[in-house]
Amino acid sequence: MTEPILQTRGLSRDFGPFRAVDDLSLTIQKGSITGLIGPNGAGKSTCFNLLTGMLAPTAGQIMLNGQDVTRQRPDQLFSAGLGRTFQIPRPFSRMSVLENVMLAPLNQTGERIVGPFLRRARVHDEEARIRARALEVLDFVTLAPLADHPAGQISGGQMKLLELARVLMGDPELILLDEPAAGVNPTLTGILIGKIEELNRQGKTFVIIEHDMDFVMQHCDPVIALAEGRKVFEGTAAQAQADPVLLDAYLGAMAHG
Amino acid sequence: MIGLLSYAVFFTTVASILAIAVLGLNLQWGNTGLFNGGVVAFFGAGAYGTLILGSAAQPDQFGGFNLFYPAALIGGMVVAGLLAWVVGILTLRLRHDYLAIATFGIAVTFENIMRNAEWLSGGAKGIRGFEQPLRDAFGGGLAYNAAFLAFVVAALIAVYQFLQHLVSSPFGRLLRAIREDEGAARSLGKAPSRVRLTAFITGSVIMGLSGGLYATFYAFVSPQDVLPTLTFQIWAMLIVGGAGNNRGAVLGAFLIWGAWTASGWSLSRFAPIEAQLYTGSIQYILIGSVIVGMLLWRPQGLFPERLVVSQSGKPGATKKQGV
Ligand SMILES: Nc1ncnc2c1ncn2[C@@H]1O[C@H](COP(=O)(O)OP(=O)(O)O)[C@@H](O)[C@H]1O
Ligand SMILES: [Mg+2]
Repeated sequence: MTEPILQTRGLSRDFGPFRAVDDLSLTIQKGSITGLIGPNGAGKSTCFNLLTGMLAPTAGQIMLNGQDVTRQRPDQLFSAGLGRTFQIPRPFSRMSVLENVMLAPLNQTGERIVGPFLRRARVHDEEARIRARALEVLDFVTLAPLADHPAGQISGGQMKLLELARVLMGDPELILLDEPAAGVNPTLTGILIGKIEELNRQGKTFVIIEHDMDFVMQHCDPVIALAEGRKVFEGTAAQAQADPVLLDAYLGAMAHG
Repeated sequence: MIGLLSYAVFFTTVASILAIAVLGLNLQWGNTGLFNGGVVAFFGAGAYGTLILGSAAQPDQFGGFNLFYPAALIGGMVVAGLLAWVVGILTLRLRHDYLAIATFGIAVTFENIMRNAEWLSGGAKGIRGFEQPLRDAFGGGLAYNAAFLAFVVAALIAVYQFLQHLVSSPFGRLLRAIREDEGAARSLGKAPSRVRLTAFITGSVIMGLSGGLYATFYAFVSPQDVLPTLTFQIWAMLIVGGAGNNRGAVLGAFLIWGAWTASGWSLSRFAPIEAQLYTGSIQYILIGSVIVGMLLWRPQGLFPERLVVSQSGKPGATKKQGV
């Protein structure tokens, strides 16, 4: 499979005089698990914010499945099949874990104000189905026992898993994960990787920002490295490990910092 | 005895009418996180709307539509909803604090228009509306007041049931998500602006119903009925009762209205004559202190919001938050 699902051309973003993302041209292949690496402040999260419409680019173009989606809103992009998680989790704190996940499915009949009144039976059936699936997804990320807890009161690592559960529930074909393993304990990280690879086999494409080099080298292909907003490397994990510049400048620094 | 009973009927009628407005605010603030600082504008739109639509022609006075009462009441709600639609389109993009100030300004503007547009609202002397509906059938007096109370309570129950069903539905879930983190909701494909507007209009229509019932009860409305005080009282009711909890909203209305009435009565009974001039101000200070105390020691209110949980397996099952 070498069909691009997402492409950017000359993507840039300024914060005042500071250029956080600089002339970035990326191609993400359908069915891949792309690793996005680089030191803190390299512009990785900003890049996700641009791709998902949460920030407007200063310049450049974004194509999703061949369509120009530059400047589309986040909700439009999610509907078009592009989901993401956040580096710092953003749970709906005063809602239960289960509700957080049940929110995600698109176009629920009961989301329109008249739905719950005029289409009671249909909303009821949909809710039953969404609830069952949400519990499955929570089970998948090992959060099922916490389904009834307020999402604001679970641990940071659990919040990262909740973010993943939410985005999976919406069923996008391309999923951007911002440091999914940060704060998640090693056992869960192992499970998480297993899940990502399973979903990948089912056809989902992933872009993963991750600092854990073992994680990236074992599970991501290709690997893209950013530094100061620019792309400084793109290649296979093996090439990344063999690249002396990358090794010195980033991998070494990251492995020790 | 009859005196006490009459008073109880009167008190419960007014408290129930205000409880409806508190429920409307709870949909906006408690569920959606919209800070409406101008509740009284929508309450007033319902009150003036109902009386203007329902009364017979009067000299030099806009109106004379003489609508059948239920149509006038619904018309008042529509007027409140239209006002909310316009205000919502203009202000709902604002952040909390700006939204609060903008809506407060709209309420003050509304009061000023009602005070000055004599042709429309009767100006400072207000509008004397239509006689209370079905008054003759009950022969007036206590029997009528009890019947009117039953009508108001029925309206309160209907609004309560409507909102309970709404907030336990996917629509309610969407409102809470937008309240908690609008950006995260967007990233999950939700478009908050339309949902916020829908919640704002719906809450305002409920406030309009409250205003319409209030005006019907007194058969009169004047600018004195749409002062910022009322917004303040309705907020106090919601904060004390518990934002996000409809039961709390209703209870808060009864408690605060009770406290307000009781403090007024005690001051007129026991306070020195010189202090009685300031009864109103003293009441504000008391209620203000209750709000501040509540926010300090029990910010979630007497009846905290309940978490929607799954245990019973049926939608809408709830459990206390903070397990
Ligand atoms: N909203 C913002 N306003 C100003 N500067 C920002 C903003 N977001 C990110 N930055 C800056 O942009 C740079 C890249 O940040 P970020 O994309 O979060 O880096 P990374 O995720 O690679 O660690 C950092 O220097 C950061 O301070
Ligand atoms: Mg980052």
